[in-house]
Amino acid sequence: MQPRVILDSKKLNLTLTRLCHQLIEQHKDFSKSVIIGVQPRGVMLATRIHQKLEAILGKTGIQFGKLDITFYRDDFRRKGKPMLADETDINFSVEGMNVILVDDVLYTGRTIRSALDAILDFGRPDDVELLVLIDRRLQRHLPIQAKYVGKVVDSIAEEKVKVEWKETDGEDKVWIVSDND
Amino acid sequence: MSALSQKHLIGLKYLEKSDIDLIFQTADNFKEVLQRPIKKVPSLRDITIANLFFEDSTRTRISFELAEKRLSADTINFSASGSSVKKGETLLDTVRNILAMKVDMIVMRHSSSGAANFIAQHINANIINAGDGTHEHPTQGLLDGYSVREKYGELKGLNYLIIGDIKHSRVAGSDIPLMLKMGAKVKVCGPPTLIPKYIEELGVSYEPNLKKALEWCDVANVLRIQLERMDIKFIPSLREYSLFYGVNRQLLDSVKKDITIMHPGPINRGVELNSDVADSKQSIILQQVENGVAIRMAALYLLAGRN
Repeated sequence: MQPRVILDSKKLNLTLTRLCHQLIEQHKDFSKSVIIGVQPRGVMLATRIHQKLEAILGKTGIQFGKLDITFYRDDFRRKGKPMLADETDINFSVEGMNVILVDDVLYTGRTIRSALDAILDFGRPDDVELLVLIDRRLQRHLPIQAKYVGKVVDSIAEEKVKVEWKETDGEDKVWIVSDND
Repeated sequence: MSALSQKHLIGLKYLEKSDIDLIFQTADNFKEVLQRPIKKVPSLRDITIANLFFEDSTRTRISFELAEKRLSADTINFSASGSSVKKGETLLDTVRNILAMKVDMIVMRHSSSGAANFIAQHINANIINAGDGTHEHPTQGLLDGYSVREKYGELKGLNYLIIGDIKHSRVAGSDIPLMLKMGAKVKVCGPPTLIPKYIEELGVSYEPNLKKALEWCDVANVLRIQLERMDIKFIPSLREYSLFYGVNRQLLDSVKKDITIMHPGPINRGVELNSDVADSKQSIILQQVENGVAIRMAALYLLAGRN
């Protein structure tokens, strides 16, 4: 099967704009809200969302962090090799805040489970919401749902959803590739 | 994903440069964890670690225990005093009995060189050497290298001086291979009786004059005079040692260079190092201790995850 593009750069931009407006509807001026991207790929999306929000609201200073969940994974010692961590950069307390957790693809839900554990080590947030660009809703292993979803994709397990960004991959797009290709 | 080339951490001479880079990189992540409101991650929660200290220790033992707890491992502590070792149990029997209680990793300090290696050949658990006789003290070497890297960015091209009792020092035994592998130059300085005869075979140079050696170096690691390892007299007196090889303010100021001072602890103040140097801005002694926890977390994490 040919790789299938499901969001090109134009559609992706529209989706991001919609997600931002949904966030604004809920979080108003973001004075009690923080955006946290999950390493590695969620940080790219979170950065975009953060830039766009500040552009739309015409303000700066919306709190933004990066969270690595490697040390919270549930498959340590089950893979033969330890996973290497990326940088965690959260220089604020999440105590009493509304946390918007951002990841690119929601698949089994295990990453988000780990992220929830990790977030709590930075304080007790008032609430935690999940924003994802792609929701592969048929592949969940845990009861986890996103509040803000860019696009729902009903793909089978052999397929991979790839989210690519201009900054790192040369072009903004989301596409599906099959393992059999 | 990446893994260490070794199953055990017996000595730094057995590690590749890529292993050391991997440990440093992982320690960076754990250093960040240690700044958090809750300084703990659940990675090693299904692992039990035995800390076997057949020889006295304060820093290393506390540091290991803290590192294990920060990783959520279960720990048991053992010290030779007040144990069956006094009744004549052999080292291997002691370790096998502890492993029979389903222990996954062993951290061991022993007064005999090669003890960690001996145990590693007979049992299946991961072994971390926390100092064996006058051989190696790998996590000390790693934290020394890591502390220098933190200050200078990289170790490559640095001039690293080790002062004192090189012959009996397991710290020197680990620092030397680490620094050489990472591309630093190493020189040792001390009374000729405390310098191993074939030190130059390692690619290390020797300078008997302390002032000249200090003028050469960027970083000086001042070793402790280990009275407990000197059955025979290697030096006439502590006073004479201090006069020729003690690092003091006056001497440091006479060297027109901003040298970084390190010490593996515990310090004999006024013997190898004076307080006006140990407590000065040039000293990174307490940073070494702080980094020790992150480095040990990295070593434990990477060894445990290798299964």
